[in-house]
Amino acid sequence: MKKNILDQVVIAKRKNDPIVLITKITTEEQWIYKANEGLNIRGLENVEELSEAALRTDRCARIQVNEDIFFIQPFNPTLRMIIIGAVHVAQFLVQFASLSGFAVTVVDPRGAFASEVRFPGVAKLTSWPDDALRELKPDFRTAVVMLSHDPKLDDPALVTTLNSEAFYVGALGSKKTHHSRCERLLAEGVTSEEISRIHAPIGLDIGARSPSEIAVSIIGEVVESLRRSK
Amino acid sequence: MEDILEKALEWAVQGEKVAIATVTQTWGSSPCPTGSQLVVNGDSVFFGSVSGGCVEAAVVEESQRVIASGNATELSFGVSDEAAWEVGLACGGEIRVLVEPVA
Repeated sequence: MKKNILDQVVIAKRKNDPIVLITKITTEEQWIYKANEGLNIRGLENVEELSEAALRTDRCARIQVNEDIFFIQPFNPTLRMIIIGAVHVAQFLVQFASLSGFAVTVVDPRGAFASEVRFPGVAKLTSWPDDALRELKPDFRTAVVMLSHDPKLDDPALVTTLNSEAFYVGALGSKKTHHSRCERLLAEGVTSEEISRIHAPIGLDIGARSPSEIAVSIIGEVVESLRRSK
Repeated sequence: MEDILEKALEWAVQGEKVAIATVTQTWGSSPCPTGSQLVVNGDSVFFGSVSGGCVEAAVVEESQRVIASGNATELSFGVSDEAAWEVGLACGGEIRVLVEPVA
């Protein structure tokens, strides 16, 4: 790999720009594809289409064209997790999520919850969750996790999140809590199809009891949504 | 999270020799998906992974040859390999790994 190609890949990753590295294995030639910028490679007609597909599925592809072999490697923006509710479970979830490659932001307007002492070094917002989400703009690489258990915080955040492309939406609460939540959301004009995107009760069913175990079940479900869908 | 290519660039900027190994194809039950990467410097210090640990040693060794020659090479590992005794994948999978020098 030429150093200037390595430079471009690393800089794009730092800036969170989606890019695709195309390597002609047979000749060691390399190209960078950037979304919305054209790219022509002789011998690989549909390079743009292949690159977009690689980004969308977050999967590499190896393409043989006659004698030539091309390797198509996507570099997507960093995964993000937005946690609403700076509660006890969140203190564990921020750690599991960071280790799994997520850039985490914790949102809670209650200063005593989203404090530096409780969440050292974690990005925090103390605005109202729906305002915070409008600012953070969840995309297809973002998981949004509602943990506040307080309809005043969770509900408006859910309405905003269901309007986004977030790949995962989960909300803490029992089946009963979720049932009343659904009724409130329907009354707000959210469709039942949108509501069906919400993972609730949140987390994989592993019999989790303690806050750290619940955090494990949540990160497991988030990873499952990321990798098993599409 | 650690960023493997950041490490490669850091080494390159410091004037160290660097090779990048990338999984370019998998069959069967290989533990690392395509695109998984490992970076190595001229002292065989490495970060990242291309398997569950079965072939890393062989990849690091081959990287030293790639660094010395300046030419990329694509390696195959699998149970059907002659070298399977030494560097076969215990899991029964097969992988191809592209090892390229940073130049």
